[in-house]
Amino acid sequence: MRYDQRYDVIVIGGGHAGTEAALASARLGAQTLLLTQNIDTLGQMSCNPAIGGIGKSHLVREVDALGGAMAQAADAAGIQFRILNGSKGPAVRATRAQADRALYKAAVRAALEAQDGLDIFQQPVVDLEIRGGRATGAVTAMGLTFAAGAVVLTAGTFLGGRIHVGLESHAGGRAGDAPSNALAERLRALPFAVGRLKTGTPPRIAGATVDFSRLEEQWGHTPTPRLSFLPREGEERPRQVCCHIAHTNAKTRDIVRGALHRSPMHAGAIVGTGPRYCPSIEDKVVRFADRERHQVFVEPEGLGSRELYPNGISTSLPFDAQLALVRSIPGFERARITRPGYAIEYDFFDPRGLHHSLETRPVSNLFFAGQINGTTGYEEAAAQGVLAGLNAARKAAGQGPWTPARHEAYIGVLVDDLVNLGADEPYRMFTSRAEYRLRLREDNADMRLTPAGRALGLVDGRRWRSFEAKRADVRRARERLAAIAVTPDGDLARRLARRTGEAVSRDTNLLECLKRPAVRVADVAALAPELADAPAHALEQVEVQAKYDGYIKRQDREIAKVEAQRRVTLPETLDYGIVPGLSNELREKLSRVRPATLARAARIPGVTPAALSVLLVHARRHAGSAAAGEEALERPA
Amino acid sequence: MVHHLPHREDGRGPRLKPAATDTIAAVATAPGRGGIGIVRVSGPLSGSIAEAIAGPLPKRRHATFRAFAGADGEPLDHGVAIYFAGPASFTGEDVLELHGHGGPVVLNMVLERALSLGARRAKPGEFTERAFANGKMDLSQAEAVADLIDSATRQSAKASVRSLAGAFSKRVLALDGEVLALRAHCEGAIDFPDDEVDFLADEDIASRLAALRAQLGALLRQARQGAVLKDGLSVVLAGDPNVGKSSIFNQLCGEDRAIVTPVPGTTRDALTADLDIDGLLVRLTDTAGLRDGADPIEAEGVARARRAVAEADVVVRVFDERATAPPSPAQGELVAWNKADLCGGTAGKVAPGVVRVSAVAGTGFGALLDELKAAAGYQAGEGAFTARRRHVDALRAAATALELAGERLAAGAAELLAEELRDVHGQLGAIVGETTADELLGEIFASFCIGK
Repeated sequence: MRYDQRYDVIVIGGGHAGTEAALASARLGAQTLLLTQNIDTLGQMSCNPAIGGIGKSHLVREVDALGGAMAQAADAAGIQFRILNGSKGPAVRATRAQADRALYKAAVRAALEAQDGLDIFQQPVVDLEIRGGRATGAVTAMGLTFAAGAVVLTAGTFLGGRIHVGLESHAGGRAGDAPSNALAERLRALPFAVGRLKTGTPPRIAGATVDFSRLEEQWGHTPTPRLSFLPREGEERPRQVCCHIAHTNAKTRDIVRGALHRSPMHAGAIVGTGPRYCPSIEDKVVRFADRERHQVFVEPEGLGSRELYPNGISTSLPFDAQLALVRSIPGFERARITRPGYAIEYDFFDPRGLHHSLETRPVSNLFFAGQINGTTGYEEAAAQGVLAGLNAARKAAGQGPWTPARHEAYIGVLVDDLVNLGADEPYRMFTSRAEYRLRLREDNADMRLTPAGRALGLVDGRRWRSFEAKRADVRRARERLAAIAVTPDGDLARRLARRTGEAVSRDTNLLECLKRPAVRVADVAALAPELADAPAHALEQVEVQAKYDGYIKRQDREIAKVEAQRRVTLPETLDYGIVPGLSNELREKLSRVRPATLARAARIPGVTPAALSVLLVHARRHAGSAAAGEEALERPA
Repeated sequence: MVHHLPHREDGRGPRLKPAATDTIAAVATAPGRGGIGIVRVSGPLSGSIAEAIAGPLPKRRHATFRAFAGADGEPLDHGVAIYFAGPASFTGEDVLELHGHGGPVVLNMVLERALSLGARRAKPGEFTERAFANGKMDLSQAEAVADLIDSATRQSAKASVRSLAGAFSKRVLALDGEVLALRAHCEGAIDFPDDEVDFLADEDIASRLAALRAQLGALLRQARQGAVLKDGLSVVLAGDPNVGKSSIFNQLCGEDRAIVTPVPGTTRDALTADLDIDGLLVRLTDTAGLRDGADPIEAEGVARARRAVAEADVVVRVFDERATAPPSPAQGELVAWNKADLCGGTAGKVAPGVVRVSAVAGTGFGALLDELKAAAGYQAGEGAFTARRRHVDALRAAATALELAGERLAAGAAELLAEELRDVHGQLGAIVGETTADELLGEIFASFCIGK
């Protein structure tokens, strides 16, 4: 039967991508339906119980700056928060929250239920309705058809999911959940390029069986950091707990080595590619054979659970080997496994088949977000979710797409990398992927994105007012500093020199002085009573901006160069097979990616300045003969 | 998905033109130099042009002695014809080379004959462009060929040949590899702070930076010499009015190009001449005497002189030995005491960088030329490779960024250290090709056991 209500947007899947997509779509005012296999697993953390980390917390803050739920849910559920890279400079500083799984899920569920214009329905989806190359709805297992203007698919690892433990394997989307095989079959019939990826989890451990006295303690930072930009006066944070670090040893290594022939990866049972940065303990032992010791981060599953997640020993070895390797770790001699570790293989769609809006090229009004695009991680999924939900709602309303550029957001880097480079392994964000890292900071995600989010309709009045107040504070503090003159023989210069050892040799102002590495904002604030009422977060912003000013200007020039390359379009019909001067490898890559511009081509691995010159020459020649060529193509043979 | 373009019904291949279909021709040797002139033809008509001018198609890649026939069948010249079938040729296309003995006039007649047979006159660098476009060489090789084509001196030609073999590319690539390894270390420490790569505690980074600086410095010195060989050493004569700059200029040029008069301020504009000193290309500039003249034209000449001095590789400061006690030369300077004839001194080298000359008697110039070559860091035929100014600029920018990287490390600013290293890498990448973020990550994962 057809459901009697027509939706603007249907989101399939209730993980981190799906929930953010549904929320973003509904925030824009689109009538939105979230279809999930199981309402009770909405917002479930399927892997380790943590949000954030290097590069990832940057994404979380961007999702937050666009009005998303992830940061607030993490703040409400976090039981240990750490600032990473605290000593390495603000651009690469990151926040990591250890979350209570139950609290996190509850916070996401609450956000979904509080959202106007968002309906939730529990039924597995078995088919998409596609008419004339355009997605128009979804069909559930009981034969119910929902009609919609646009569809967002966020199927995670459930498409054709297969779980491996040792040489045994079975179909599954996550331990304990069924895969979405019917939908996978249907999607494989559509013109998408399908690949296989794999990821894995470690065995979970009963906390009561671990001797914590033999482990290294790791406490969170105080005051407890927050991920969301939204101020929460008088908010109650969950009780903060201690995490622990353990280490594997030579015995662990020998156990793993002895069991390698029974590993599905090494025996060849798994065809999907696993991530290099999240290697299983098998991979570590094979690739770094001379290292006996590997760190294991022992993460609590939550306040209401004594289960532990030993991060660092992800494995798909048979259960007996899992038990032996866990018990070889000091402190875990008597450990009991509560859930075995496993590897999971799943379908993903080559993201090079996507537009930057995350709409698929073969089927219009269909958007993909999350792991089905070859990414890994809750944060990467959430970031894509916001973008896909936003663009689906815009498409349903007949509006054009919006995607931030690489120099505006990690979200922009993520999408641009996926669409241009595809995913040879599960894609995870790193700060080293962002060439404009110094401007893409955690601390200024709101400055970068909230105004755009407001214009798009993603940001509500409360967040906007709080943002505007902060922006005004920063502007005022900066203007005041710039207005305070410092002369070489003046009193201020003398006091500055006494505090910081920095000599002033020409007329300048305090803002300029702040650009020097040795001068901290606390120094100038102490010298300027005018700044007494400036809030600390505003001063911090002014300082970071001043310190990076020279680099940002240099990057501006780089961005301008890329913009120029962006203006050189490469024809859609370009046959790279006949472009001379390219290696076969490059021809094959370019034919597959079909970069729209020279700037996109420049981002393909292996493309050298020489290859770009060839493409430029060719693009120019082609532009000259394009009119004639197109005319010829129009004429039937 | 590869979209193959539909082929024409007549089976003449893809509808879109491949990169080059027409045939080009040009005189391939520099005018006025050497005894042999070469006319080079490249493109699909090369074979038929060969047959029309030199008789039956010569055996591929074999030098064949033939008469070069004009339109009336009468020989224009005799010489060697060589035919290369594509893609095994310089440009990757069919190529014909006609090596003739006649002078420029005869050479031009042979070229005109080729043009009348359907070739068109090649634009400067077009053969190289085709070779490059057909994948016969990488960017720096292509540039080396361009250098070879317009290399005005023997020394420079030799250097171009060495660069073709990739000596320069190889050196830069080696450096690039080391920068990549260092970046992998720093980026790894930033992206994986939980893992055991604490590089700021690691004094190794500072010593690796220092080693890189030393290597880059050595490369830069050699590259600069290469650039000097390619573009010429720019030498400027400067000094007070009427100390004899123009006389020295004329002595060095061996011709009366500058007007030499005893009136101070005669040279109002900068004059230049290109000299070949033992294979070293020198662009010599004579300047107006540096004084604050009232005459606006002379003032402009002085301003130009100051600019020329600022941009020169070497400045020769000329002094009248009778009027001043000449100072010692600064970095990048030589001192010439002129008018040795008038004060009875012996012309020749006085001290490193200081030479006594007599422009009137023409003595002391051998010593001056030796000092010039030394100042250019010039060692005849040794270790030089062609580097364009563009490469030298990139290496220089890399060296500056490497300096700053050291400062950032000392200040403990890891992210700025990483940014400077990214800049270094980008500068080297402009020469040998950029490294992508994913390649960098690959290096990190290959070097360190990272990840949970």
